[in-house]
Amino acid sequence: MYRSHVLVCGGTGCTSSGSEQIIKTLEGELEKTGLQNEIKVIKTGCFGLCALGPIMIVYPEGAFYSMVKPEDIPEIVSEHLLKGRIVTRLLYQETVTEDTIKSLNHTDFYKKQKRVALKNCGVIDPENINEYIAYDGYQALGKVLTEMTPEQVIDTIKASGLRGRGGAGFPTGLKWSFAAKNDADQKYVCCNADEGDPGAFMDRSILEGDPNVLIEAMTIAGYAIGASQGYVYVRAEYPIAVKRLQIAIGEAREMGFLGKDIFGSGFDFDLDIRLGAGAFVCGEETALMTSIEGKRGEPRPRPPFPAEKGLFGKPSVLNNVETYANIPQIILNGPEWFSSMGTEKSKGTKVFALGGKINNTGLVEVPMGTTLRTIIEEIGGGIPGGKKFKAAQTGGPSGGCIPAEHMDIEIDYDNLLSIGSMMGSGGLIVMDEDTCMVDIAKFFLEFTVDESCGKCTPCRIGTKRMYEILDKISKGKATMQDIDRLEKLAHYIKDNALCGLGQTAPNPVLSTLHFFRDEYVAHIVEKRCPAGVCKDLLNFYIREDKCKGCTLCARNCPVGAISGNVKEPHIIDRSKCIKCGACIEKCKFGAIEKH
Amino acid sequence: MANTISSIPFSGTKEQEEQLKQAIAAHKDQQGALMPVLQEAQEIYGYLPIEVQKMVADGLGIPLEEVYGVATFYAQFTLNPKGKYKISVCLGTACYVKGSGDVYARLSEALGIKGGECTADGKFSLEACRCIGACGLAPVLTINDEVYGRLKPDDVDDILAKYADR
Repeated sequence: MYRSHVLVCGGTGCTSSGSEQIIKTLEGELEKTGLQNEIKVIKTGCFGLCALGPIMIVYPEGAFYSMVKPEDIPEIVSEHLLKGRIVTRLLYQETVTEDTIKSLNHTDFYKKQKRVALKNCGVIDPENINEYIAYDGYQALGKVLTEMTPEQVIDTIKASGLRGRGGAGFPTGLKWSFAAKNDADQKYVCCNADEGDPGAFMDRSILEGDPNVLIEAMTIAGYAIGASQGYVYVRAEYPIAVKRLQIAIGEAREMGFLGKDIFGSGFDFDLDIRLGAGAFVCGEETALMTSIEGKRGEPRPRPPFPAEKGLFGKPSVLNNVETYANIPQIILNGPEWFSSMGTEKSKGTKVFALGGKINNTGLVEVPMGTTLRTIIEEIGGGIPGGKKFKAAQTGGPSGGCIPAEHMDIEIDYDNLLSIGSMMGSGGLIVMDEDTCMVDIAKFFLEFTVDESCGKCTPCRIGTKRMYEILDKISKGKATMQDIDRLEKLAHYIKDNALCGLGQTAPNPVLSTLHFFRDEYVAHIVEKRCPAGVCKDLLNFYIREDKCKGCTLCARNCPVGAISGNVKEPHIIDRSKCIKCGACIEKCKFGAIEKH
Repeated sequence: MANTISSIPFSGTKEQEEQLKQAIAAHKDQQGALMPVLQEAQEIYGYLPIEVQKMVADGLGIPLEEVYGVATFYAQFTLNPKGKYKISVCLGTACYVKGSGDVYARLSEALGIKGGECTADGKFSLEACRCIGACGLAPVLTINDEVYGRLKPDDVDDILAKYADR
């Protein structure tokens, strides 16, 4: 028995900010003070509040230490763990109240969240299957295999209203029923863990924090459609996730949750991992399956749909990680429980990866129908530096922007579509007044040009042409006719591209054109970038009234474009200036401006 | 992404060839073996020159053109050797809106190479990557397995200086 448990986040965000070192130092200190048998250190998955990493929670008190440094550890060990005095100075300040500490669940970041898919993340040790079992793990699988028929499983998922969390939001139960109907000697269950949408990392966090949930859910799916083999297609860029999933699969096989005759039911199922190799298009279902087959990951026309002819030409089902993470709880708690959350057509919860210009970057899970305002202002803690909210981008390179006037929109699949964006996998990037919408549209098009597989012409050539027009606009060389061309091309690509990547590639352009047309016009007509981002339209000035003549800017200018005498206002030679911004960063008096 | 054929002569060793043969044997009978074999081949050699692609093609009994097709399709595979220190700057959306594009430009300038290239001494290679998932630290870059976060363009010189004597 341990008298205290210390949970340290081992997700990618916290690992990147040094949580491995924290764990090592902690274990060393515990040994030094002879506490190693009283206090257990557990490396968990992601807590969600990545902005404050590395994160550490001490139970039973529930003390939440944030931005922990190795040099803080001796104090935490000797004061808190040895003497029982919480080191208030190092706690997440929002949890500190006058005489006691607030539970994490009552902080602004967590109180409006509802964790279903992320239930075990940051709670259990992902490398120990027993901890998953202690949290009801594999009970749903047991129930399915011993008490339910495959039809009953599918009906349960249908009744829950669960829709795919990977992008388009197709009803999961319906998808399963199609594959179940098709008879074949072999069927496959696949999982899309090739999270390519830049800025979305919920699937990775689930794999890292709770890999067994995926194994359990895929086995349930296998039983429902009659498949005996599953493949998880994971990004190779997620080494921690791959390692934990491998450990979990090994443990599950040992325990008999994978393999032959699971739970003595006569049902066989096994799982293999396939590593992706960095191709965004492989998030498209037919491309992903082609890639598992070891070929170039190019999509193919549908029909035939994968439910009929999928992986290796056999009936297959593909869902993403977050979708699967909901399955065991739907089985255990019943479909009514699940459908009681959310909106009329979008049930349950959704995980969002909050990033960009927001204070609490990290992972949040909220019931469908939560407003954007709640997510950004309450959970996300608003925009840093007192800047103004301009737009939130959802759906990554396939999605669009939600401007300030739609901040009270209830987020669900249909509402997002109605304003020209989409749920996508749940990346939610916040932009403030310093973000240029033309630049963002160009950024996404550059991404699609890069990632287009080249199979169909509208996408291969069309997106490139769109990018070129955007580039002209951002350099002040476009005319108003170019906007018309851009729009025409965008609609043409939407209607004619082969797969989802091409069909949605114009969305970032169409959505920014719709909500921020004036910014495009400013670039074209006034040759001005209102947000001060597009370099070709910027000029740097030194304000005479603010410059103290400290020479710091002149010394830091990489091209020697700044001159002036000590203690006299300096000037920038515009013919030399490369607009790198080094001077603005260095100036202590705010004397340098760009517009 | 630039993926031209390398002009640096191939210098594989006997041990590497032996490792590759083992990898091929381990996957040979598995459906869809090509990707895992290429991934292991790149682990062994650091890149996939035409010589290695030929060995994979022969070993798996797959036409070389198909091997080449797969090797050039995926961003992870490279036909060029990488530097001793691989610098990847995240140009995912979260990092981009926080200014990683400027960090990337500054690095390119400081090293005198473009993305996808390697410095003449083989020390640094530079590439852009899409989201490593450390969005809380945006903007970020990685040098081999080391992560640097919350960057400003001005941090570039200090970071490179750390590797000066290594």
